[in-house]
Amino acid sequence: MSARVLVGVKRVIDYAVKIRVKPDHSGVVTDGVKHSMNPFCEIAVEEAVKLKEKKLVKEVVAVSCGPQQVQETIRTALAMGADRGIHVEVSGKDYETLGPLQVSKIMAALAKKEEADLIILGKQAIDDDCNQTGQMTAALLDWPQGTFASEVTLEAEKLKVVREVDGGLETIKINLPAVLTADLRLNTPRYATLPNIMKAKKKKIVNVKPADLGVDVNSRLEVLRVDEPPQRSAGVKVETVDDLLGKLKEAGRI
Amino acid sequence: MAARALARGVRLCSSSIGRSLIFNSVQKRGIAACIDPSIGLSDEQKEFQKLAFDFAANEMAPHMAEWDQKERFPVKAMRKAAQLGFGGIYVSPEVGGSGLSRLDTSIIFEALSTGCVSTTAYMSIHNMCAWMIDTFGNTEQREQFCPDLCSMQKFASYCLTEPSSGSDAASLLTTAKLDDDHYVLNGSKAFISGGGDTDVYVVMCRTGEKGPKGISCLVVEKGTPGLSFGKKEKKVGWNSQPTRAVIFEDCAVPVSNRLGAEGQGFSIAMKGLNGGRINIASCSLGAAHASVLLARDHMCVRKQFGETLASSQFLQFKLAEMATKLVASRLLVRQAAVALQDGRPDAVSLCSMAKLFVTDECFSICNQALQIHGGYGYLKDYAVQQYVRDVRVHQILEGTNEVMRMIIARSLLTES
Repeated sequence: MSARVLVGVKRVIDYAVKIRVKPDHSGVVTDGVKHSMNPFCEIAVEEAVKLKEKKLVKEVVAVSCGPQQVQETIRTALAMGADRGIHVEVSGKDYETLGPLQVSKIMAALAKKEEADLIILGKQAIDDDCNQTGQMTAALLDWPQGTFASEVTLEAEKLKVVREVDGGLETIKINLPAVLTADLRLNTPRYATLPNIMKAKKKKIVNVKPADLGVDVNSRLEVLRVDEPPQRSAGVKVETVDDLLGKLKEAGRI
Repeated sequence: MAARALARGVRLCSSSIGRSLIFNSVQKRGIAACIDPSIGLSDEQKEFQKLAFDFAANEMAPHMAEWDQKERFPVKAMRKAAQLGFGGIYVSPEVGGSGLSRLDTSIIFEALSTGCVSTTAYMSIHNMCAWMIDTFGNTEQREQFCPDLCSMQKFASYCLTEPSSGSDAASLLTTAKLDDDHYVLNGSKAFISGGGDTDVYVVMCRTGEKGPKGISCLVVEKGTPGLSFGKKEKKVGWNSQPTRAVIFEDCAVPVSNRLGAEGQGFSIAMKGLNGGRINIASCSLGAAHASVLLARDHMCVRKQFGETLASSQFLQFKLAEMATKLVASRLLVRQAAVALQDGRPDAVSLCSMAKLFVTDECFSICNQALQIHGGYGYLKDYAVQQYVRDVRVHQILEGTNEVMRMIIARSLLTES
């Protein structure tokens, strides 16, 4: 059965922070802003730790790509029950342009290097909302994927995954090794406990560079401009239905 | 994602805001850079703090009004906290505690207090009792009581104050007469937090002469014949913990339940209180932090004279003063915690200074936050009034702020 699970965890701006766009419109302000683990990544870590507790998996490895600060995020994963961490060092301009394509190349390379049998990721990150890394990783490895997972069970060497899709719930069976992405209702992440936070200090985090994995982190995308959404403008009252139709036609809505 | 956050921002600042949103804003982990309580902490301490903030926001804050209004002792929520290690934060791990430092403890209680001051304050008293048994008890006593206290399978109360001895604690009258292998207790304790609902009572009583040297410390279990309780007091705040008189009538307690030696009780009580004072001050910090954020959010929302309150320079200055006093208080408490855990000679005075300064300042901060809310601040739908009511008593218990001045003055004048 699956021996090793890789869990990707991303350090993002905390969900409760009020986001501000940089004055030069090149991105959002991240300096001095509170960051924490992407909520969907927390759900992914929880699922991996649950599998370990059920003895279906032997080792949970937490992976994060970024500068020195992402070690905090890896430590949180360790405090939740991951066994060890891998910090893929990406900083400066490379980090600003790091996206799903590069991360999935890194995850695929690590999966081969660590001989992982399962990769669990959050379905998307709350900063860029890309929802691509899991799918791209599976494609690069030519592994089956169970995305938007709301329930995962092991049945006779295969994974049964219930997926939340627009039409409802879809149940699929996929072979291992595979890539899963966690959706909101997959589980409720546990609190770390004080003893576990202290034990996490002793768990190892290994540093790796993308070049060591043979991955080129150059971005194929260029962000041209970041803007706030338009301010909500006041509504207009109309007297008759004809006026309403007229206004809607004016606005190009009908 | 920027869209979602901006929509949230617009909701927060629109004038049609519902009351529940104001009430809930304290549950979002407050992010105001200059008063960020994680500044200067180690990575590990930040993890502890994050855990405590998350627990406070998810498990306590949604219920704090109900616990206050229905006077509910939240056993389930506290046991959940104990599972995370909050039952015996500075008790040694060999008997089930978390073995953390006083500074770690202060950080944790400060964060938990944002969720409910009253419940956190009780938890700090419980922690203090568990520590006293862990530190001054023998092996049998530690193994008998500490594991259950750390898991909050059992709850504890600290019994020092009596109807006729509050600040003059050493004049206590509850007697414990030695009779073969047990003490017979007679007397009563007043204002005992948790009294009647808790299981383990750490009782200071008189085994010898008048004054502090005649006082010993006994652990009395609920259900012991001769142990009874007065009526539940009706209080202005701290309503999530019951307060009752604890009455001893020929109550027999085995000698094996005595912590430390005869005559050591007062010293044990005072050593417990040093840490207790840091904890209570930390609880005041949490309330003040939450109140500053509530006041700030309200100022962004409420409009008068054609603009938001946040445009008023007077209120901007008031908020700045509140923030400054909050940060100054926080630094003093954390310094006192470090002094205590390092066993520095100035620890007792510093703990007293911290308790005195911080409980006074933080009450003032919460009170000003209420004023900033205007009429809404007086309504129980809004959390700020509960913070004010709950922290008011911190200036009184664990040694009144007047007694704190006595301790500090004595330290100054004895040297000269």
